[in-house]
Amino acid sequence: MRLIDWLDERLEIRKLIKVTLIDYKVPKNINFLWSFGMLLVLMFAILFISGLFLLMYYKPDSNLAFDSVNKTIMMDVSFGWLFRHVHAVGASIVFLLLYIHIARGIFYGSYKPPREVVWITGYILFVLFSATAFTGYLLPWGQMSYWAAQTITTLFEKIPFIGPDLVIWIRGDYAVADATLTRFFALHVVFLPVLIMIVMAIHLYSVRVVGSNNEDGKPIDKKKEGVPFWPVFMSKEFFVMTVFLLFFFFLVFYKFDFAMDRVNFEPANPLQTPTHIYPEWYFLAYYEVLRGFFFSQNLGLIAFALSMVLILFLPWLDKSPIVSGKNRPLFQIAFWIFILDFLVLTVLGKLPPTGLYAWIGLIASLIFFGFFISLPIIAKIEKKQLEGEKK
Amino acid sequence: MSDKKDMSRRDFLLYAIGGWAAVGAGATLYAMYKTWEPLPEVKAAGVVEFDLSLVKPGEIRVIEWRRKPVFILRRTPEMKAGCPKRTVRTSLGDFTIVIGICTHLGCIPNWESDKNIWHCPCHGGEYDACGRNIFGPPPRPLEIPPFKLNGNIIVLGEEGPEYKAMIG
Repeated sequence: MRLIDWLDERLEIRKLIKVTLIDYKVPKNINFLWSFGMLLVLMFAILFISGLFLLMYYKPDSNLAFDSVNKTIMMDVSFGWLFRHVHAVGASIVFLLLYIHIARGIFYGSYKPPREVVWITGYILFVLFSATAFTGYLLPWGQMSYWAAQTITTLFEKIPFIGPDLVIWIRGDYAVADATLTRFFALHVVFLPVLIMIVMAIHLYSVRVVGSNNEDGKPIDKKKEGVPFWPVFMSKEFFVMTVFLLFFFFLVFYKFDFAMDRVNFEPANPLQTPTHIYPEWYFLAYYEVLRGFFFSQNLGLIAFALSMVLILFLPWLDKSPIVSGKNRPLFQIAFWIFILDFLVLTVLGKLPPTGLYAWIGLIASLIFFGFFISLPIIAKIEKKQLEGEKK
Repeated sequence: MSDKKDMSRRDFLLYAIGGWAAVGAGATLYAMYKTWEPLPEVKAAGVVEFDLSLVKPGEIRVIEWRRKPVFILRRTPEMKAGCPKRTVRTSLGDFTIVIGICTHLGCIPNWESDKNIWHCPCHGGEYDACGRNIFGPPPRPLEIPPFKLNGNIIVLGEEGPEYKAMIG
């Protein structure tokens, strides 16, 4: 008897595959932007495996961490450099994939009923990936690692009443120190990845229940329309994955520099801040919102916190009955301004916040919030138009 | 006809993708395998040099080699060894050089200088001054580590002609 039959009798493997993958009908009117979800699953697997091998030599100790990364892993361990470059480049590229995946969701209205849970779990995943990136960035214990952690944890100091005590509690010391390193290590290698896997499972399950959205935003008749996820969708997905991996490994082997800041090859020094500190590219836009309100530090902090949370409320800000942005000219204008604005904020985040840049930063920050304010207004206009057509 | 052609094209693509994926998986597994190898510093510590002239006649020194104790015994005539295949000959005289791990269950035997034997505290095994098992449960004599002689310097971890002659 074949193994698959033996398993099938005991675990109903065939039924499981049929229910989860074959009966899962994907609409035909989707484009390549719908391949980014599975690309993210692939990227997470690559990060998990490369991280596992780094973990075998990494030492979470403020005296040993820097050398364990920059000497042991980079110079002594055979192919250690490969696993580090894959992990560092992967951590950067996963955000590129996340942003494209999210932008697709916004444009085609994938957050609208009945997909609110898909959107919420997706948002939680984005927060978890951000937290994983932030905690992981401290681990090499270089100057950039140290001062990124130092400045970001300092932000909590501004929270009224509990702030100052909270910062010490988060750090486990009066400044970022060994205690911070070991707890970030624990979060980065166990807690956050486990949470990501759990939320990812719920995210995928919720997509399976409500089905994929499509370019037109119209639900499909699951019995007559759509193609099976397996093998039809995945066969195309494998092609996209191949092209993506070519790009990814090109970066890993030839352009890994962009994910490895030079300043971080200097061991952490609590007594000397590097002349320029800035976050990795994927956090620059939020960083610029923080700096954008240059005349008031408190306003900047509130804006910073809002800029990261607002997107969660899209399903309730945009209650237009039209799902896909393809059929919403007004929304399209707002969407593209928002995308452009996000890119402008990202670029500005790396420039010094002085003179003209400071003013552009302020305007770009305001436009960022303008998008979220425009959504209920656009929805109202569209509702009126629809009612007018009915009459 | 076109069906047949289509199938072979499909098969070709399938094997090409599968083959390329297998190459990638193989390369990845190789890299994973390589990361587990002992580090250069571990390998470097696998070769230890020791100056035999530091050992007085009748004295025993224990040095660490690859995380194991190595007994270096400079023999005296009273020890009546008579084991040419287990003797390291130098201009200083004869030495017994053995890994100090009991061949029974891995305990470290103690040297008893009044009897000129190693006595294992775990199960009472005994070895003579050549490291041969003479009493108790040990199944084999104490092992001889690979070594090389540079005059009176012994290099543990490299196989010299003297070592090859002993095990040959």
